[in-house]
Amino acid sequence: MEEFVLDTGNTAWMLASSALVLLMTPGLAFFYGGMVRGKSVLNMMMMSFGAMGLIAPIWFLYGYSGAFGTDIGGIIGNPFEFFGSNNLDDATSFVSAVGLPVLVFIGFQATFAIITVALISGSVADRMKFSSWLVFAAVWVTFVYIPMAHMVWGGGLLGADGITSSIATPIDFAGGTVVHINAGVAGLVLAILLGRRKGFGKEPMRPHNLPFVMLGAALLWFGWFGFNAGSELAADGTAGRAWVNTTAAAAIAMIAWLATEKVRDGHATSLGAASGIVAGLVAITPAAAAVDTVGALAIGIIAGILCALAVGLKYKYGYDDSLDVVGVHLVGGLTGTVLIGLFAHVGDNVNGTWIPDGAMNGLFYGGGVNQLLAQIIVALFAVVFSGVLTFVIGSIIKATMGLRISQDDEVSGIDLVTHGETAYETLGTSRNFGEA
Amino acid sequence: MKLVTAVIQPHRLDDVKAALEAAGIRGMTVSEASGYGRQRGHTEVYRGAEYTVDLVPKVRVEVLVEDEAAGTVADVVVQAAQTGKIGDGKVWVVPVDDVVRVRTGEHGPGAL
Repeated sequence: MEEFVLDTGNTAWMLASSALVLLMTPGLAFFYGGMVRGKSVLNMMMMSFGAMGLIAPIWFLYGYSGAFGTDIGGIIGNPFEFFGSNNLDDATSFVSAVGLPVLVFIGFQATFAIITVALISGSVADRMKFSSWLVFAAVWVTFVYIPMAHMVWGGGLLGADGITSSIATPIDFAGGTVVHINAGVAGLVLAILLGRRKGFGKEPMRPHNLPFVMLGAALLWFGWFGFNAGSELAADGTAGRAWVNTTAAAAIAMIAWLATEKVRDGHATSLGAASGIVAGLVAITPAAAAVDTVGALAIGIIAGILCALAVGLKYKYGYDDSLDVVGVHLVGGLTGTVLIGLFAHVGDNVNGTWIPDGAMNGLFYGGGVNQLLAQIIVALFAVVFSGVLTFVIGSIIKATMGLRISQDDEVSGIDLVTHGETAYETLGTSRNFGEA
Repeated sequence: MKLVTAVIQPHRLDDVKAALEAAGIRGMTVSEASGYGRQRGHTEVYRGAEYTVDLVPKVRVEVLVEDEAAGTVADVVVQAAQTGKIGDGKVWVVPVDDVVRVRTGEHGPGAL
């Protein structure tokens, strides 16, 4: 019988990390909420809060078990094995190696599922039925997120013994495929199924509150330390490596985005700064502990430039990914995931880099093309998997309960019509005391 | 009685208010307004999407005065609001049939 030895330092850090990552979702609500028009800010924020309400219970009931339970066909874990967060055994869980009680790990992972779903909401701003959003969130996390988390982190097809095992073990430290490519593709598919907002490309749809966007970006950066440094699952040098790389990439990506738009549009904007920070955070996520600081800076610069250019694609191709889930999360996630193939650096432990068994140095660090190939394969697999399943789920909801509010309601504003509220006080509000 | 209405640059409001007070005007109504004349607007770019802002922020100052004071008030406003650049605004004077003080119900010049 194995014995479980609690590591209080690691456990304390992971409890704190879990709280940090949970805070990212309200942070995202501000980031997104500031970017929409004043008549739909509450709905925008409610999609994030709604994800917190729905996904946490799902995760505690069967989500963790589905992602980290005993493997079924490389696709999913047994969802009934730890149903209701029961039948847990600290001694046999794989986080016992770092002295972490498995319940702490369940809590930490719940916050990832929550924010991944919330990220998708950026593409459907102003026009998606709230009931359909909640149904989509619950079904999507069940059939897309949980299997993806299992395939990458739970010992499935995209892990060490998966489809790339003869080439190299793919690296996804904190969720480039599971979180960002996954949410980015889902956002694209959902935006296409929903159709464009009324007036897209013709009427002005400028962000109504840029200070909210800056506040959201600040909260996301803060919470991301739990996301990336916490993904080490221990309070050690590798967590420090992830912390430094996370900040390096976010910082330089902000500068890269600002430089790009200064050249293209003539101004370095606050929205560009907030967007660049998030693009850098997204791109460094899969690589956080797998590259050295120079690699992190390179990933940040490339992601900042690519994402700043990618947010214009929706006008060119005519899909209304309203708040650029594709331009930031899909492009940023792909950038980070693929660039690991160039910059992965199997360091000594002094350096604090973390590379899973079977992974190799990147092309620029003398490891050849194997790691690059493995990264491209898992990225493409994630794109196809998320794209196909999101299309099926979205199409079924569209055919049954419908995805969209009416055009009239969209004009009036989804806050008023769907939630019966408006974010900002207007003249002429009187109190109804009711007929006794 | 006359109503003097001025649409001015927002940053001139404090000077206009001070000048009117110095000229003995004891009350005014100020509201935020948007508009353009020869000035036209500017462009803003959000994540690469360019918007033209045609209507630029202005402040509207309204002052009710007796007939003989209207010319002076208009001149005071113009002097205080002027920067010499396009976009300084306009001042106009229109006749007013009656004015009523809400608190007392009195009509005419006594209500000013």
